[in-house]
Amino acid sequence: MVIGVLALQGCVEPHIEKLQGLGVGVKRIRKQENLQGLDGLILPGGESTTMAYLVRLFNLEKPLHELAKKIPFWGICAGSILMAKEVSRGWGTHQLSLGLVRANVERNSYGRQLESFRGRIDYSENDVNSNTEVILNVPFIRAPYFLSWDNGVEVQGICDGQPVSLKDGIHSITSFHPELCDSIFFHQKFVDLCTSMSGHGCASEHVY
Amino acid sequence: MSNQVTDLNLGKGLAEMLRGGVIMDVMNVEQAKIAEQAGAVSVMALERIPSLLRSQGGVARMSDPKMIQEIMNAVTTPVMAKVRIGHFVEAQILEALGVDYIDESEVLTPADDANHIDKRKFKVPFVCGCTDLGEGLRRINEGASLIRTKGEAGTGDVVEAVRHMRQLIGEIRGLRNLDETELYAKAKELRAPFDLVQQTAREGRLPVPNFSAGGVATPADAALMMQLGAETVFVGSGIFADASPAEAEKRAKAIVKATAGFEDPRIVLEASTGLPQPMVGQSIGSIKKNDRLADRGW
Repeated sequence: MVIGVLALQGCVEPHIEKLQGLGVGVKRIRKQENLQGLDGLILPGGESTTMAYLVRLFNLEKPLHELAKKIPFWGICAGSILMAKEVSRGWGTHQLSLGLVRANVERNSYGRQLESFRGRIDYSENDVNSNTEVILNVPFIRAPYFLSWDNGVEVQGICDGQPVSLKDGIHSITSFHPELCDSIFFHQKFVDLCTSMSGHGCASEHVY
Repeated sequence: MSNQVTDLNLGKGLAEMLRGGVIMDVMNVEQAKIAEQAGAVSVMALERIPSLLRSQGGVARMSDPKMIQEIMNAVTTPVMAKVRIGHFVEAQILEALGVDYIDESEVLTPADDANHIDKRKFKVPFVCGCTDLGEGLRRINEGASLIRTKGEAGTGDVVEAVRHMRQLIGEIRGLRNLDETELYAKAKELRAPFDLVQQTAREGRLPVPNFSAGGVATPADAALMMQLGAETVFVGSGIFADASPAEAEKRAKAIVKATAGFEDPRIVLEASTGLPQPMVGQSIGSIKKNDRLADRGW
């Protein structure tokens, strides 16, 4: 089991630490050649304009698009913007069109840094009213809103009535930062998903 | 005014988002847009870049909030702005304006020659400069959620940036050889709180992200600082000094590319090839001791 973290820019290392804590192999992805042999890919938080620019600059847009047909992607904050089918407000010139999650994501909707906060997430699969897990003190940093989504896209996480975690097929996006909270819950969920898809759950300690 | 205690972790969180990027000094909306287009993770809004402050002299203060606001309106990346060391009212003004980060900066003329701002009283996060570990930990103790080594701003001479980063990283490495008992004496020597010294020793890194500033002028300079252990680079005068907008954009893109690909010499080679002349600059040896900005701050 090897999970990649797109490491062009942004909040990469806290994901690596969480994944290592779960005993899975981790690979920092900076170029096309690194994309082999992955069971899942995390697109971390950072500056979405910068990350989109660098994905283009290093010719990763097409390879990522191809890879997304095979393995689960998980986009966090800026990563969710990179993965969204539609982006509202201020993309500037560096628009990406991975279009992996059929949702409309609006950048910086909560406001500037002074509006960054820590919130409570109510998480559940399939049905928002059953088996809800509560995860506390999860940071939202200049976070986006998920404005709308297509039929078949599942809302898994809610914070203050706002949808903050969506799943579309094998791909998911979250507007908050699970890598910066104490809980390992969300990383465990992603590893479980990747394990179920890859068919071999053997943990490897190896870090590339 | 505000008695809100800063949530250090949210400020640190934003700093984590800026890692592996380039933060560019900009003097107007046009430059801010160039920086954003070139892939800057954030812009620092200030009326005069350090090379101009150096050549024009006089007292350097917080920039006009109108100019900062215009830049905040023009770009979607986080916007930082500078206040004078110890000038907590300038910081209150910038917090009221809603900037994303405040730089309590030695580049401006200090307002207090003994005290830095009590940054824990603010909700907006702060970045501060340091030249060594003790200074960095004192700033963190006051509430800074991001540290940058100072270098010597406005010179285009990277030597001080290298010296400060090596000093900081070397001192952190040195802590690992000390046992618990020796850390008490070390904390006293560093004039830094014991708990922060202990945490730094245990984790082998600063308790907050560690960026580099002051004298970075080329893609190779940026990659050098990243290889030395910087997590992001501030480029002050290096992009817009002595350059047309088109030249500045080329420089900005090249530095972004070299910073992202800092470990791969082929990428830094590509980024370094065919650029407009870098800023002329001023070697550190030609600057009198009294005119060195890095000595400001205590």
